[in-house]
Amino acid sequence: MTEPAITYLDHAASAPMRPEAIEAMMPYLTGFYANPSGSHRFSRRTRQAIDESRDVVAEIVACRPNEIVFTGGGTESDNMAIAGAVARHGGTAVCPAVEHHAVLHVVERAGGRVVGVDHAGAVDLDQLASVLAEEPDVAVVSVMAVNNEVGTVTDIAAVSSVVRRHAPDALLHTDAVQAACWLDLREITPHVDLLSLSAHKFGGPKGVGVLVERGGPRVEPLIIGGGQERERRSGTQNAAGIVAMAEALRLTDAERDTDAVRIGELRDRLVEGLQAQLAGVVETVSPDRKVAGSAHVCIAGVESEALLYLLDEADVCASAASACASGAMEPSHVLAAMGVDRDVALGALRLTLGHTSTVADVDRAIEVMVPAVERLRRGGVR
Amino acid sequence: MKVMCAMSGGVVSSVAALLLQRAGHEVVGVTMKLWGGDSDTGCCSVSDVDDARRVAQQLGIDHLVFNFGDDFDEHVVAPYVDAHTRGITPNPCIECNRSVKFARLAERADLLGFDAVATGHHANIGTTVAGRHTLERGADPAKDQSYVVHMLDQAQLARTLFPVGGLQKSDVRALAASLDLRTADKPDSQDVCFITSTGGRTAFLGDRIPFRSGTVVDAAGTRLGEVESVELVTIGQRKGLGLPGGGPKRYVVDVDTSASVVTVGSDGDLLRTGLDVDSVTWIDEPVEARVLVQCSAHGRPMAADIAAAPDGVVHVEWVTPQRRIAPGQSVVFYDPTDTMVLGGGICR
Repeated sequence: MTEPAITYLDHAASAPMRPEAIEAMMPYLTGFYANPSGSHRFSRRTRQAIDESRDVVAEIVACRPNEIVFTGGGTESDNMAIAGAVARHGGTAVCPAVEHHAVLHVVERAGGRVVGVDHAGAVDLDQLASVLAEEPDVAVVSVMAVNNEVGTVTDIAAVSSVVRRHAPDALLHTDAVQAACWLDLREITPHVDLLSLSAHKFGGPKGVGVLVERGGPRVEPLIIGGGQERERRSGTQNAAGIVAMAEALRLTDAERDTDAVRIGELRDRLVEGLQAQLAGVVETVSPDRKVAGSAHVCIAGVESEALLYLLDEADVCASAASACASGAMEPSHVLAAMGVDRDVALGALRLTLGHTSTVADVDRAIEVMVPAVERLRRGGVR
Repeated sequence: MKVMCAMSGGVVSSVAALLLQRAGHEVVGVTMKLWGGDSDTGCCSVSDVDDARRVAQQLGIDHLVFNFGDDFDEHVVAPYVDAHTRGITPNPCIECNRSVKFARLAERADLLGFDAVATGHHANIGTTVAGRHTLERGADPAKDQSYVVHMLDQAQLARTLFPVGGLQKSDVRALAASLDLRTADKPDSQDVCFITSTGGRTAFLGDRIPFRSGTVVDAAGTRLGEVESVELVTIGQRKGLGLPGGGPKRYVVDVDTSASVVTVGSDGDLLRTGLDVDSVTWIDEPVEARVLVQCSAHGRPMAADIAAAPDGVVHVEWVTPQRRIAPGQSVVFYDPTDTMVLGGGICR
């Protein structure tokens, strides 16, 4: 397949793979096909690649290599952290209302408590404290480092001090899936017990992720079988995916500071460009509270479902809220929790930038969006 | 033309998209997500959306999903529930056509630069020499759906296409099979999409409104029995009234939900010389004449004289008395040759 000529502003959904990551994984899709758990030299070669990848990831997230569990992606990591903590310790789970469904639905299924957020979408620490004080038996608290819809950064150190004070026995998990591109994970991991990553959000392949379990096994494994990943996650390792993930994370970490500055400027250019030409474009969360790649806006007088069609027609890729199993856009639970009116939320548009974004992408998006919004506001006459 | 084709994931709308494409139109398939609750039929399950998407892929057309759940709740489900508390039996599929398919979806299509909306309804749209649009019965009498799309006006008809209206049902299946469309063997869905076959109307309404028991009486007011939920009783109903067997057949001739009284009588007691219709819409100009009147989706059209009455009501005077029609049912007027829809409304 050739790469289509598109303007891609949906990095938070999935980032383009880094060419170096593709190159790194190719040998394990072709020549080195042996099962890494085998006892021959051919297997040992694959095993070594996984071990080295584990070292790379461990250095970047600031944990020991044996605290890394390679999983099948961010959702599996989140599920394992919460369901595994409840299975191991009993009790309940707590999370803010804006979590990704990979966390929220697991907490709800465990009969857990959902905590409110402020107008930017960050967990309300006072409410978290009072819920933890009320609940006698909390197995795990899960608070995302960066929100996937609106980009808000949570102060995990502050969350940690609340959790340690009010629920000293509870594990603290953070879904850091959207953080890897933008925040130094070394500053997050020390505050938590469990941390989730997903490779395809930072230039690795889909279907591979990480759960960091600090201080040895903290939760029950979710997938049971041959005992791979030190009995933490059974199933033959996705060697190619793991190698590519480590390479993508290495590059992301090395380029993070310069990328964040460059992409933050692009983000500002995009939002300011839209606001200069269109009234009623509100940036949902102010830039000082969110990651550099997030340009979530609410556009008055349009429905994002209609706007997305016009953008798609012009080969501009963006998104609104999360889609349900049928592919229909669901009203955003994140915006609802933040107290955004349902009418305003109907015009929500998530534009997210990443390592491949350019000035041309931003300018093209503005060029397409301005007439599209004007047309929808006029009532559609061409 | 650029045509938005509503695709439910069923065989008929799959063939509709195919025919539009063959006719040279630029087609985009759209599946509406309308109902988020339990369902075992209709158009909102994930597997139906999957089928619609896979057919679109097979045809090489774009496929979108629009979430009109809020509109469906507001304009179809809530009024349906509310009507039952007042002893009215609405047709939710007609309200969906009126408020969602040919309103919300059509407006969205217009907004996005489409020239027309197409659906798999079995009806035909024609044009007179004067350039007016007509709505006609579908070619296959057994599958005719002109009754459920009777509310379309000239402006809507000008922007609507019914690609399968000229085909027999067997032709639709054969076309789907000849192209190996994955929906070719899929059974038809005909029931209300938000009512499950297991729970039925009773379970659906029971979750939403309190049922009140009712007394069953005869015309003289003599108490004959008891029903558990007066909200579920419909004019003309014969079974489930808790009456002892034997004797003459008894039918529900009246339901008074406010007093919780169900009146039963003989077949003859059901007969009426006419009925009043409100919320009337016309395909073109209003008509006052002897016409044919159809009161259910597959009911037999009967001759009647229709005439305007005060307050926008149209009075239907049967040529020969007919069984009473339940309030809330759609009443549709056809021309004397039983070919064209003239208009229609809701039985008072």
